[in-house]
Amino acid sequence: MNYIYDLSRIVQWTRAQLHWLADWAGTSVFWADGLGTLIVMFVLFAFCASVVMVLVYAERKIAGHMQARLGPMRVGWHGVLQVIADTIKLILKETEIPNRADRPLYRAAPYVVFVSGFLALIALPMDKNLVPVQLNVGLIYMIAIGTPGVIGILMAGWSSGNKYSLLGGMRSAAQMISYEIPLVLSLLGAVMLAKSLDLHTLVEAQKIPFVVYQPVAFFIFLISAVAETNRNPFDIPEAESELTAGFHTEYGGIRFAYFFLAEYVNMFVLSALGATVFLGGWQGPFLPGWCWYLIKTGAILFVFIWFRWTYPRLRADQLMDLSWKVLTPLAFINILVTGLILVLM
Amino acid sequence: MEAQSKSVDTLSHPEALQTDVITLNMGPQHPSTHGALRLILKLDGERVVSAQPDIGYVHRGYEKMAEAMTYNQYIYLTDRLDYLSAIFNEWCYCLACEQLAGIEVPRRAEYLRVISGELCRLSSHLVWLGAMGMDVGAFTPLTYTFREREMILEIFDLLCGQRMTFNYCRIGGVARDLPAGFIERVRDFLKYFERMPDVYDRLLSDNAIFLARTRGIGTLTQELAHSHAVTGPNLRGSGVSKDLRKDDPYSVYAEFDFKVCTQSEGDALARYRVRVEEMRQSARIIKQALDQLPAGEITAKVSRVFRPPVGETYARVESSRGIQGFYLVSDGSAKPARCRIRVPSFAGLSVMPKLLHHVQVADVVAIMGSIDFIVPEIDR
Repeated sequence: MNYIYDLSRIVQWTRAQLHWLADWAGTSVFWADGLGTLIVMFVLFAFCASVVMVLVYAERKIAGHMQARLGPMRVGWHGVLQVIADTIKLILKETEIPNRADRPLYRAAPYVVFVSGFLALIALPMDKNLVPVQLNVGLIYMIAIGTPGVIGILMAGWSSGNKYSLLGGMRSAAQMISYEIPLVLSLLGAVMLAKSLDLHTLVEAQKIPFVVYQPVAFFIFLISAVAETNRNPFDIPEAESELTAGFHTEYGGIRFAYFFLAEYVNMFVLSALGATVFLGGWQGPFLPGWCWYLIKTGAILFVFIWFRWTYPRLRADQLMDLSWKVLTPLAFINILVTGLILVLM
Repeated sequence: MEAQSKSVDTLSHPEALQTDVITLNMGPQHPSTHGALRLILKLDGERVVSAQPDIGYVHRGYEKMAEAMTYNQYIYLTDRLDYLSAIFNEWCYCLACEQLAGIEVPRRAEYLRVISGELCRLSSHLVWLGAMGMDVGAFTPLTYTFREREMILEIFDLLCGQRMTFNYCRIGGVARDLPAGFIERVRDFLKYFERMPDVYDRLLSDNAIFLARTRGIGTLTQELAHSHAVTGPNLRGSGVSKDLRKDDPYSVYAEFDFKVCTQSEGDALARYRVRVEEMRQSARIIKQALDQLPAGEITAKVSRVFRPPVGETYARVESSRGIQGFYLVSDGSAKPARCRIRVPSFAGLSVMPKLLHHVQVADVVAIMGSIDFIVPEIDR
């Protein structure tokens, strides 16, 4: 029965068609695969955009109900079209560049941030056979490709010619570098259990989700992921009450939209990574794999949103303390204990 | 910053790295300066080297305007000083006028003033609580407190037809008697509100992050508070049990049973706790006032054109931010010869450069939020 829901069959079918096309045109399979890659990128981008739209709507609704209000209600049924209206507004807006801005950097920054988040998506297995590119070092790739985002944020902060932006950019760089360490270390426990860096193998190794064996690591991962995505209680780079909007203070229109998009894509990527490594990814009974994948990712995303609308913000130095004095040592201890148990068993 | 003239290996010689203090103009348009206040911050990285408030962006010349208006005409303007607790401004001004002319205010009018005043204190503290949460990055408390504040504003709407700028006090009494159903409505609200401070406690006061952000931040010592004439919750947060309602019971405050809340630490958290506790006490006072409300006139006999005898007076009340004072000089005409307003926020703002010395940028807003000044009152 699950067969008809198996999205990977569509991929296989498309690939077969492309190969047939290449055969028919007498060109090599290389071109067919190139075309296939392009199609995959388009599909991924569309997926990305729709995920962000759903996420933004969900966040606004959840926030609304948590705050004793309704959230968007006017545009469409219960405000479902609000996000689309906002997107149209952002696209149509005139984009201004401040006089003091460093123009090339200022223009490039949003795309650097977005692309680094977007590229991480291609290694994520959404279903048993549904992964854009299967890498045997998928986990390392995911972590590594997310890192250049910091450079984009620094570029934005520096090039805007605004002191709030500068402070926001600097804070962001410090924060993201600090939290990447516990983030990676927390994932290592799971890697040791599965003995693989391949996300596919990682998922298949989880007969019982790794969160059962690695609760501490999951906890560290969750906190670091919130910090990585610059969200409350770790949203000091954009701290509204202090820095107005942090590194994107001067951005508007479509460039702002890209920062916005990047924030949510990063959120999705990290949640999906958490779901894959700790919650068993696409594995689950009854429903098709990609459904489980989305449900588990959604659960982590909900926790993100929940955090944001509940907690106050930490101060920059407290944030560093938490990372270096608590989470990082804890992650090391976790690895040590995991290693000892693995050796002894 | 100037470009370095020659390249130096800054890794092995960190002292050769050129660093500079940057000046950051916080405001007058900024999400958390609570109005049009400009704060000139000198920053060394994330640390504040010096902070200089710059006021006057909403200066309207209220003290001078008093000289061009009759005593009665001026009442509505006083609402616009501290617009979050407007009743206290009117009350204080009317008190000054009454002192000038030696008018005895009917007891029922005094009770109505107390009820509306304490409701106002509640609503003002609710706004502050939400804003304080917002300043340290928690958005949700704001929507909760504004929900309750809305109820209070609707009660005021019922009482005097206005939500914020009430124009309710009159020289010698108040403008209107209680409308039908008012007492039940306030009782319903108080019943509902009873458990709300606990809700705020769960949401904010007991939150580890909130505690970390406010404990030991912006410590206001008693000496500093006294030397800058800080009053109200800020002073009580420094362990000084000083409340005009107790120390110099004007109006009918002597007839109520309430506590003066103090905390000894003097930091942002202490000021926060004092205010949350004050909300509970205000609710208690309102309850007692409703129970003991006497019948009778709501205004004394005052001639239409109010001409107090020649003289001068100073009247003060405990507003939600501290001691609010009006100094009035009368030359026997229908207009004040001179009006001078003492606002509690100015004292709160004047300690800011001291409190902000060597704190981090993030603490600036937390301290500002905990001091709870309001700019239109400072600028007048």
